[in-house]
Amino acid sequence: MLDAKNIENAKSMSIIVTKGSLDWAYPPFILGTTAAAMDVDVTMFFTFYGLPLLKKELNLKFTPLGNPAMEMPMMGGHMAMPNIVGMLPGVGAAAGTMMKNLIKKKGVASIEELREAAVEAEVKMIGCQMTLDLFEYKREDMIDEMEIGGAATYMEKALQSDINLFI
Amino acid sequence: MADQTLNAEGLNCPLPILRAKKAIKGMSSGQILEIRATDPGSVADFAAFCNQTGNALVSSSSEGDIYKFEIKVS
Repeated sequence: MLDAKNIENAKSMSIIVTKGSLDWAYPPFILGTTAAAMDVDVTMFFTFYGLPLLKKELNLKFTPLGNPAMEMPMMGGHMAMPNIVGMLPGVGAAAGTMMKNLIKKKGVASIEELREAAVEAEVKMIGCQMTLDLFEYKREDMIDEMEIGGAATYMEKALQSDINLFI
Repeated sequence: MADQTLNAEGLNCPLPILRAKKAIKGMSSGQILEIRATDPGSVADFAAFCNQTGNALVSSSSEGDIYKFEIKVS
């Protein structure tokens, strides 16, 4: 954790991370790493579907299902995908590949890269013990930097933080 | 003259800021870091970054599609 005691005007932020799909992984990691770069003391609490973001091997998926606002740039226009098309076999995987290609092409960081930056910036990453139990994740499958905690661990941090986000 | 330069061309938010922070960490007070970026959002972002971290944004300019920033490390 960043030693903020000696920094004038030091701030702190906590983020509850509840979603682990490729698209939803971005907001918490972008804000967490950027805040840390701006000398903010950051704590991220990974729970439910956010917890797989702390697995050593990331294999993030993306689905257009249930997301009518998703519009992929396509031949100068935009293409949304009706749910019934998104449900067809292979369409989800294809959309995921498209998204990853787009991310690379536009110079957007990968989640792996952002997580590495979070580790380097000493962002405190807490894995939810209850979620580990519930979905039977093994400690050794998760990154070494993960600390384990529960709701009270989060609350203690949140009560001291200037900013608390739920994503 | 800059003491160090950072090429952030082609990188999108928040990578230019993260790379700049990393570079600044390895520099000493009073040194100048020059950054070249292509992300139009970096103009507002480097101003905010410097405002918050206390490093001085000595210059912010653009030449064509390239944005150039000079940061004096605090």
